[in-house]
Amino acid sequence: MTTTSTSPHDSRLALLLVTPALVVIAGIALVPIAATVWEALHQHDLRLPWLGRPFIGAGNFIEALGDARFREAVAHTVAFSAISVPLELSLGLALAVLMHTVRRGRGLVRVAALLPWAIPTVVAALVWRLMFENVATAMRVDWFSDPLTAWIPIVVADVWKTTPFVAVLLLAGLQTIDPEVYDSARLDGASPMRQFLTITIPLLAPSLVVAAAFRTLDALRIFDVPYVMTAGGPGTATEPLSMYAFAALMERLRFGYGSALSITLFALTFVVALASVRALSRATPVEPS
Amino acid sequence: MSAHHLARVAAIVLVVGLLGPIAGMMAASLLPETRVFGGFPWTGPLTLTTEHYAALIEERGFLLPIRNSLIVATATTLVAVPCATLCAYALARLPMRGKGVLLALLLAVSMFPQISIVAPLFLVLRNIGLLDTFPGLVLPYVTFTTPLAVWLLTGFFRQLPRDLEDAARMDGASRLRVIRDVVLPVAAPGLASTAILTFLYCWNEFLFALSFTLGPEHQTVPVAIALFRGRYQIPWGQVLAAASIATLPVVAIVLAFQRRIVAGLTAGAVKG
Repeated sequence: MTTTSTSPHDSRLALLLVTPALVVIAGIALVPIAATVWEALHQHDLRLPWLGRPFIGAGNFIEALGDARFREAVAHTVAFSAISVPLELSLGLALAVLMHTVRRGRGLVRVAALLPWAIPTVVAALVWRLMFENVATAMRVDWFSDPLTAWIPIVVADVWKTTPFVAVLLLAGLQTIDPEVYDSARLDGASPMRQFLTITIPLLAPSLVVAAAFRTLDALRIFDVPYVMTAGGPGTATEPLSMYAFAALMERLRFGYGSALSITLFALTFVVALASVRALSRATPVEPS
Repeated sequence: MSAHHLARVAAIVLVVGLLGPIAGMMAASLLPETRVFGGFPWTGPLTLTTEHYAALIEERGFLLPIRNSLIVATATTLVAVPCATLCAYALARLPMRGKGVLLALLLAVSMFPQISIVAPLFLVLRNIGLLDTFPGLVLPYVTFTTPLAVWLLTGFFRQLPRDLEDAARMDGASRLRVIRDVVLPVAAPGLASTAILTFLYCWNEFLFALSFTLGPEHQTVPVAIALFRGRYQIPWGQVLAAASIATLPVVAIVLAFQRRIVAGLTAGAVKG
């Protein structure tokens, strides 16, 4: 920091200005997380109020380990992220390069990229469901009745909706690359492909890691698309962890068990977030801050 | 075919692929259901109809969720953005210990799965009588919008030139006066982008709205649309009309503020 006029008064003011936001975040995010952990250690069934809320330690987590629907939900969540995020990153990179290259109609491409990202996820899911149902009647394939093919509309809708966001992030990264680097590479006779691999990708690495982290964290908590598209079905074949936790909480009103499930998702997200921070510090060249 | 032509063809394909579903949805909402689901080839004259919109508003009372969404999104924006502005200015300009930790915490809060705080928030809202009320939705919404707004605004404030502020300080203006008279007017575009993005996030939010409302009285647009699935069959015409209504303000915002939105998205994520 190179503040010209720093005084103790400024530090006090800083604290004062930060307080409202901190209170909000602590009160409605950090305290509730702690409360969810505490809730997860209890048996708490809103449908059986006479049982009270006895402390059962790791009981809910042990139950989850033996619960096939939970194990499948975890597998669904991880598999969905592992498939959709690389798709979104590679398509997003292509879209970003395109947005960077196109000279005419740049505004139109930008609007086209922003709209899928900006519309409600519920709407995107419904539209794609309708399209797949129509294609089903035309092709005589019922996507939604098979446990595996039911994932295809979900992945397609998610990729369609989130790739533009990746592209916008990567485009900003592309625009920070000095065009002179490419000019000198061209003079040295480097092919476009070689320029892409040796200049674009390395210089874009920090943006790629940021986009990958954002997308993975978002994919892990996926809820809206399968809720609207398949309702987790057929059976529970397309149910991610956040939907199973929601069902345990809001449908079966098992608050202890549902909390244990949602804390598991939180822990999973936390591990990924830590890994991305480490990846980012490796991908970013040391720069003065 | 040259690389330039290739890029243009690719751009056209992409624009169609990205906009097609949205345009198709809006067009289909104006057609009779038999036309949309009658299968190919379509026969007969093309007739446009507003019957789905009429049924949606008269039979389903769809104006209610629209009103609810507007109230909740506006109220959340009015709480979160001022709160975030103060915090972001401090983070961008004032001496403070633990800035990095605070920024990381803010980002973490906006990225964690919302489902992980649904249980305690539901219990607390129920105990204080705020379940299925507007404040009961605005409070949880403030959690995920404030961190995001702080993150965006910190990026904006850092990009502002310091000269004006320093000059005003030299003239003896207090920090708060500098913020009010110098910083806020200059930062207006940044504040606008942040407010727009905050509003959009609230307009689109689904999980909290689904969890903390119990009936149509306070349901927002996404919840109303998602719970449309009728008991026997889905009234697709009305669903498409409702989805188009939910999408129209978003389209208007994107068309009007596309540059600001891109600036907002990238200020937070790349330069932060």
